[in-house]
Amino acid sequence: MNTRRQGKIVKVAGPVVVAEDMAGARMYDVVRVGKLNLIGEIVELHGDLASVQVYEETVGIGPGEPVVDTEAPLSVELGPGLIESIYDGIQRPLNLLYEAEGAFMSRGTAMPGLNRDKKWHFKPTVESQTKVAPGDIIGEVVETTLVTQKIMVPHGVAGTVQRIAEGDYTVVETVGIVMADDGTETELKLMQSCPVRNARPVGRRLAPNRVLVTGQRVIDTFFPIAKGGTACIPGPFGTGKTVVQHQLAKWVDAEIVVYVGCGERGNEMTDVLTEFPKLKDPRSGEPLMKRSVLIANTSNMPVAAREASVYTGITIAEYFRDMGYTVALMADSTSRWAEAMREISTRLEEMPAEEGYPAYLAARIASFYERAGRVECIGSPPREGALSIIGAVSPPGGDLSDSVVQATLHVVKVFWSLLGRLAYQRHFPAIDWMTSYSFYKEYLKNCFEDKEQGREMDELTVQAMALLEQESELLEIVRLVGAEALSPADRLALETARSIREDFLHQNAFHKVDTYTLMLKQYEMLKMVLNFHKQALEAISAGVETAEIFKLPVREEIARAKYIPQEDIAKIAQIRQTANEQIKRLQTTEVS
Amino acid sequence: MLSIKEYQTVTNIYGPLMLVEMVDEAKYGHIVDIELGDGSIRHGQILQVEKDKVLVQVFEGTSGIDVKNSTARFLGRPLELALSPDILGRVFTGLGEPKDDGPALIPDKRLDINGSPINPDARDYPNEFIQTGISTIDGLNPLVRGQKLPIFSGAGLPHDEITAQIARQATVLGRGEEFAVVFAAMGITFEAAEFFINDLRETGAIERAVMFVNLANDPAIERIATPRFALTAAEYLAFELDMHVLVILNDMTNYCEALREISAARKEVPGRRGYPGYLYTDLATVYERAGRIKGKKGSITMVPVLTMPEDDKTHPVPDLTGYITEGQLILSRPLHRKAVSPPVDVLPSLSRLKDKGIGEGKTREDHADLYNQLYAAYARGKEAQELATIMGEAALSAEDKKYMTFATEFEARYVSQDYYENRTVETTLDLGWELLSMFENAELKRIDIELIQKYMPRFRKAKSG
Repeated sequence: MNTRRQGKIVKVAGPVVVAEDMAGARMYDVVRVGKLNLIGEIVELHGDLASVQVYEETVGIGPGEPVVDTEAPLSVELGPGLIESIYDGIQRPLNLLYEAEGAFMSRGTAMPGLNRDKKWHFKPTVESQTKVAPGDIIGEVVETTLVTQKIMVPHGVAGTVQRIAEGDYTVVETVGIVMADDGTETELKLMQSCPVRNARPVGRRLAPNRVLVTGQRVIDTFFPIAKGGTACIPGPFGTGKTVVQHQLAKWVDAEIVVYVGCGERGNEMTDVLTEFPKLKDPRSGEPLMKRSVLIANTSNMPVAAREASVYTGITIAEYFRDMGYTVALMADSTSRWAEAMREISTRLEEMPAEEGYPAYLAARIASFYERAGRVECIGSPPREGALSIIGAVSPPGGDLSDSVVQATLHVVKVFWSLLGRLAYQRHFPAIDWMTSYSFYKEYLKNCFEDKEQGREMDELTVQAMALLEQESELLEIVRLVGAEALSPADRLALETARSIREDFLHQNAFHKVDTYTLMLKQYEMLKMVLNFHKQALEAISAGVETAEIFKLPVREEIARAKYIPQEDIAKIAQIRQTANEQIKRLQTTEVS
Repeated sequence: MLSIKEYQTVTNIYGPLMLVEMVDEAKYGHIVDIELGDGSIRHGQILQVEKDKVLVQVFEGTSGIDVKNSTARFLGRPLELALSPDILGRVFTGLGEPKDDGPALIPDKRLDINGSPINPDARDYPNEFIQTGISTIDGLNPLVRGQKLPIFSGAGLPHDEITAQIARQATVLGRGEEFAVVFAAMGITFEAAEFFINDLRETGAIERAVMFVNLANDPAIERIATPRFALTAAEYLAFELDMHVLVILNDMTNYCEALREISAARKEVPGRRGYPGYLYTDLATVYERAGRIKGKKGSITMVPVLTMPEDDKTHPVPDLTGYITEGQLILSRPLHRKAVSPPVDVLPSLSRLKDKGIGEGKTREDHADLYNQLYAAYARGKEAQELATIMGEAALSAEDKKYMTFATEFEARYVSQDYYENRTVETTLDLGWELLSMFENAELKRIDIELIQKYMPRFRKAKSG
């Protein structure tokens, strides 16, 4: 340790510390600051002066105290033990910190991200004397009932496997040895370490081609996100960004979920922590926690660690992607991440761009989202992984011209715009159907085994969207001249649009059935609503009064169809039949 | 511990800041006593240290300090609050010094007022319903123990009455446990502070209250420390003495303005409206101190009050607050004019933790569906009202008219109540059913049909009979 480069603090200003005698230190190397051994990272170098962003509170630190260079960039530990963990922004396990130090966070504690004592059963998938290259899978560890970790050859290591044996190992024990062509030996372990600020390499990037089903009707039907795609959810406070993020983390059909609580509320992370172990994955029936990794750097935790938290999260997500899994990362909220950048930038006295944000804001946001994608992974056996990123954005005052929103919209392919007005009416999810968009709509039909259903679903969504569009125009007219001026067909259009909104788009995240809707049920529901519209339109042209149609008892059944459990899906088709019959009956009474 | 050193090397004074040079050893965040030429003492805190230059913010302001005769004494410790169970019933200044005529305190311990963040893994989820006796809170935006729920008010709106009512009536359902109240006044008027303290005195609640009072004419910079003193006291009461604490911070807008003053004096790059870029983080270190901790009996529930300049919710102070707190109660000027009291603007108000604190075994099984329906119906009624103001009531459809009547009734009977009326949650829920009884079952889409069949007949009958 004594041979490490050591400097001396000359300046302390909030989370930024400047140290002298640091010549030779590299940008983004991790350092230990002051007598308390706080963890920091070098973010600027001027001659022998190094500016350090410190991941912990700096009260009590002063000039003259030492700064020790660890000579390694900020890295995360990757290996068995990640799943079901909760980490802070620099991968310190919060549950172990709690056991070790009590309920309040203390300073200067370094703790490895992966448990050093736990033994994992390792089963090799290659034999001795196999030639291996970076990314090759050499064995497996069953981590949870949902996740089997593939142990891969780390980057920069290649050669012939010398000894490899099945058995129980801790993450730091040697499971095998790789001998390079020049005779140098590298020990293979279950764990590898990886710097967070650079993307992990991939074989080849591919365009997304499948929808990531979320079970949220407005998202899946109208604005779907792809496996390997990117989405953002901006909205003012109270519009349900976090609830949407939680819903996605719960129900999304990804194999791994990484949830980054970046500068948000402590109680929200507690909510995730208490709920996930209890909730069952609708596909496997296993607790959701068994596929999740949580990063929690709440708003009152140090701001520099908040800046690092999204990188920690995405590097972990990439690691699972490289095993060939479908991974979804939720970042709530990227605005807090951007604000952390701004705060550090201000302390470094950098020249600000818009709203005090640093000039590199847009570039950082773009390169973060660019780490998503569907890829051909490196190494053998050949495999495909996908990483989707869903970022919440919290623009000040809900103003979408905010720098962070704009920089994000430049790169993401799906935009879910949350509207305060909808939230006030308790229409949740408050995703505005008029301004949101998705570039992945064409893949929606692939969700259906039955090609015909897929084609029909495409038509239904177009029809439904047209009705909603028509509604907004008609409402303008109503505002000007009153509802009386509308033709019966227009009145029906208004009523159907209301039905689409209230009976289909509105979804109760806290209702045990309604919280999640399978694709097939979404299709049946939309078909039911639009079928009623079609039948009613015919009846109106046959002379039936609109008021008579609106009074039909079947409308209450339509409204309550969302609460029909998935297994009783046939009931929705029955409601459709009932609607047909009731409308027919109106027509016959009209004629007689 | 560092030894205490004195310096007479004050070189610059500007705004609330003071620069001391040739200092051997100073630590960021530690406190400084400044002795003026006349022997009086001011208090300061170190904002930045660069080599031997130390930048100090002076809590009481810099007027009267001179460069030549002032002595800066570095105390080598952060700002601390002296604590013992005897703080209950006492009044302190905004800097944590006794302000009443009570005896001197013998501290059990001294705690750094900045506290430490609660480990998210150590938090216990807030899910115990607090009955405040106010329908718009209990029925529509339920408050739970460990929550932070601010009141967004405006100049001239009755936030003082509402906070006093909450402090007076708050109780955990079924347990009858009373709250200890920690009250931090930041830059409010003597009248407002006195009103609150008197109210506590009349109900006897003063015995279990601690007050930190920085009035409008007290030093502005002191306000930066006031909420931290209050929360340190609250943490002590909650997590060491096992009490349930209700913290009222009034008014956070003044706090933010003091923060802006410091930031401007330091010539920092401002964010929106001149507030510093780190306002969000700073507010979070105040608000996030509310909560519950696993294995501890006590809890901290927080009701910050802030006045929105020009009733603008997008102003940085309410905006950033709303992003941190678990909901907000917004007061409405139009309702206040209509003499609806408390004038809670129901639609934009929100309690994020409501779903965990209500339902069977906590309040009643119908609670969630009921408030969803009330919200939806009231929103539609408000839309109809707007339409009516443009086109006249005659242009409304029969349905719209019905919703409009509902909205009017709802404001008059559900929202409006007396400041001394303590409604039980059952009364509030029943009132909801009664108001909704004017609709057909088919219109009550948000309520489970079984619940309608169970609860509604009583009110339908009452109406027809």
